[in-house]
Amino acid sequence: MKSFTKITGIAAPMDRANVDTDMIIPKQFLKSIKRTGFGKNLFDELRYLDEGKPDQECTGRPLNTEFPLNQERYQGASVLLTRKNFGCGSSREHAPWALDDYGFRCVIAPSFADIFYNNCFKNGLLPLVLSEEDVETLFQQMYATPGYQLTVDLANQQVVTPGGDVFTFEVDEFRKHCLINGLDDIGLTLEQADAIKAYEAERRQTAPWLFDAVKN
Amino acid sequence: MAARTLYDKLWDTHLVQQRADGSALIYIDRHIVHEVTSPQAFEGLRLAGRKPWRVDSVLATPDHNVPTTAKERASGVSGIEDPVSQIQVKTLDDNCDEFGIVEYKINDRRQGIVHVVGPESGACLPGMTIVCGDSHTATNGALGALAHGIGTSEVEHVLATQCLVAKKMQNMLVEVNGELGPGVTSKDVVLAIIGKIGTAGGTGYAIEFAGDVFRAMSMEGRMTVCNMAIEAGARAGMVAVDDITLDYVKGRIYAPTEAQWAQAEAAWRDLKSDEGAHFDEVVTLNGADILPQVSWGTSPEMVVGVDDVVPTPANEADPVKREGMERALEYMGLTAGQAIKDIKLDQVFIGSCTNSRIEDMRAAAEVVKGRQKAASVKQAMVVPGSGLVKAQAEAEGLDKIFIAAGFEWREPGCSMCLAMNADKLGAGEHCASTSNRNFEGRQGYGGRTHLVSPAMAAAAGIAGHFVDVREFVAQA
Repeated sequence: MKSFTKITGIAAPMDRANVDTDMIIPKQFLKSIKRTGFGKNLFDELRYLDEGKPDQECTGRPLNTEFPLNQERYQGASVLLTRKNFGCGSSREHAPWALDDYGFRCVIAPSFADIFYNNCFKNGLLPLVLSEEDVETLFQQMYATPGYQLTVDLANQQVVTPGGDVFTFEVDEFRKHCLINGLDDIGLTLEQADAIKAYEAERRQTAPWLFDAVKN
Repeated sequence: MAARTLYDKLWDTHLVQQRADGSALIYIDRHIVHEVTSPQAFEGLRLAGRKPWRVDSVLATPDHNVPTTAKERASGVSGIEDPVSQIQVKTLDDNCDEFGIVEYKINDRRQGIVHVVGPESGACLPGMTIVCGDSHTATNGALGALAHGIGTSEVEHVLATQCLVAKKMQNMLVEVNGELGPGVTSKDVVLAIIGKIGTAGGTGYAIEFAGDVFRAMSMEGRMTVCNMAIEAGARAGMVAVDDITLDYVKGRIYAPTEAQWAQAEAAWRDLKSDEGAHFDEVVTLNGADILPQVSWGTSPEMVVGVDDVVPTPANEADPVKREGMERALEYMGLTAGQAIKDIKLDQVFIGSCTNSRIEDMRAAAEVVKGRQKAASVKQAMVVPGSGLVKAQAEAEGLDKIFIAAGFEWREPGCSMCLAMNADKLGAGEHCASTSNRNFEGRQGYGGRTHLVSPAMAAAAGIAGHFVDVREFVAQA
């Protein structure tokens, strides 16, 4: 997994609450068996004026010019600013894959849906929670300032604005450690193989039916 | 020992290792796999040269992409007309063959929607931890299990290690006491709950559904409720084990057989919250107050009773919420103050992991029996949740009732719930749907979904617009 330490990048708005993962990446693109290539279909139904199809070249499609990601001032954005309960609905990891593939490294919101929040950390994408008030402040500054950039410093758990305002944020120690070092979760868990085997041996005694094989 | 909730007990028995920062390694008893969220996980295993930790804990079946017409199903995987869907289903077959995972393939009579197949086969049992790369895995919590959706990286993690890195959630109790009125179903109960607490109300919580209403509810009704816990933001929903649970489980293919049943039953009888256990949040509803529900917007929290009208955004004080309501009305093509019963339907969809079990089929059939689909309804589709549900329904003659009423009787799969196969809404079409999500574009580009119970969907299909199923049945 790629690591996340500190980034500075253009912030772009997704100015609505309850953005669901169907909106982030519609279902027709979930037919891919790869992890990459979803960026061109990020927010497909909002970004384009036509219906997107899998495996389609998107460069000639009609754009919704009112959608921020289609506007000049937000080109190259790597920080997404949004509202409450971002990533609700389907568990599809294609949502963080699409955000990452588009170029986002960090999503800032007052709250996230649980599964989406988890999925981000597996993909080097930082879901960052600030209070509703702080998010509103960032929205206002961003709208007032073309080219508005934010610095996100994971090590120090800070978001810094161009004017020097500093907002601190919380993140679990273990997740922070994995993200900063780009660590593979599975490798870390397999270091605990003995503990897993010991657990299994005990459970086989107390609840043997749990170990009956699924047979055809 | 201090009094514990059902969730506390399930967590404690599956704890392999607690870490200092609050995260933990949790053991997973059952892993269900489908074609959409697994290919990248299997690819990850291959690239790292890893094998599944306990391959016989995994059960797979394709559901999201499978066609539901008998014609397209006739020649199995190779008959799937959409080449991209075909590759995805084929990839699941190949991965299961390569890794030695039991799969109910496309035309196996046990194939179906993962969350229907799990409980039906007994692969999912009380007291288990159950995961699947699908947010509606919460369905299995009806068994008194800890069940929730995971992402694809976690699918790979569980395959490789039989564990999940997790942080304990908080406990929420949703208590619904009293008795439901006639015509009010489990679907109406869960929609009313979501309407009350909102789509983020359960974020960070495991919800236990308790009270008279759930005690009296069938297992299939409890599954409908737990299924939609995620629509209230909670990854997991659950119901304590009682006689109804045990009667349901006994005799299923993978349920413990005689030798182990007594031991299992003794363990399962304890799967309930202790007297005085602490819940971080308690929500109560009165069962008698719940009306048949209809969603009017683009989030499952946007629901009202069938007698009600489409709400007025101007009355909402919160600006973010108000804008959301305005956008929803525009997308849905509805006006504030419009009566719900005046909403005309173009399509009816009865199916999905929320409502495709035999009781759902029966409830819908009872309403349409001897009646005719409204001419203005272009299509009314009934999609059973599994091959076994389909066979049971046909044995009871339900298929003939639907067909006689002008409804289509399909092959099992997720179908129009998320429209990954050919079953989808056209732009602007209104659909009375028994599924779980009314998000923009969910059932087809520009499609307009109204979430309802099977009986309400069936009645809407007959009338051509929403009707109060209670009056509808009374007229019969």
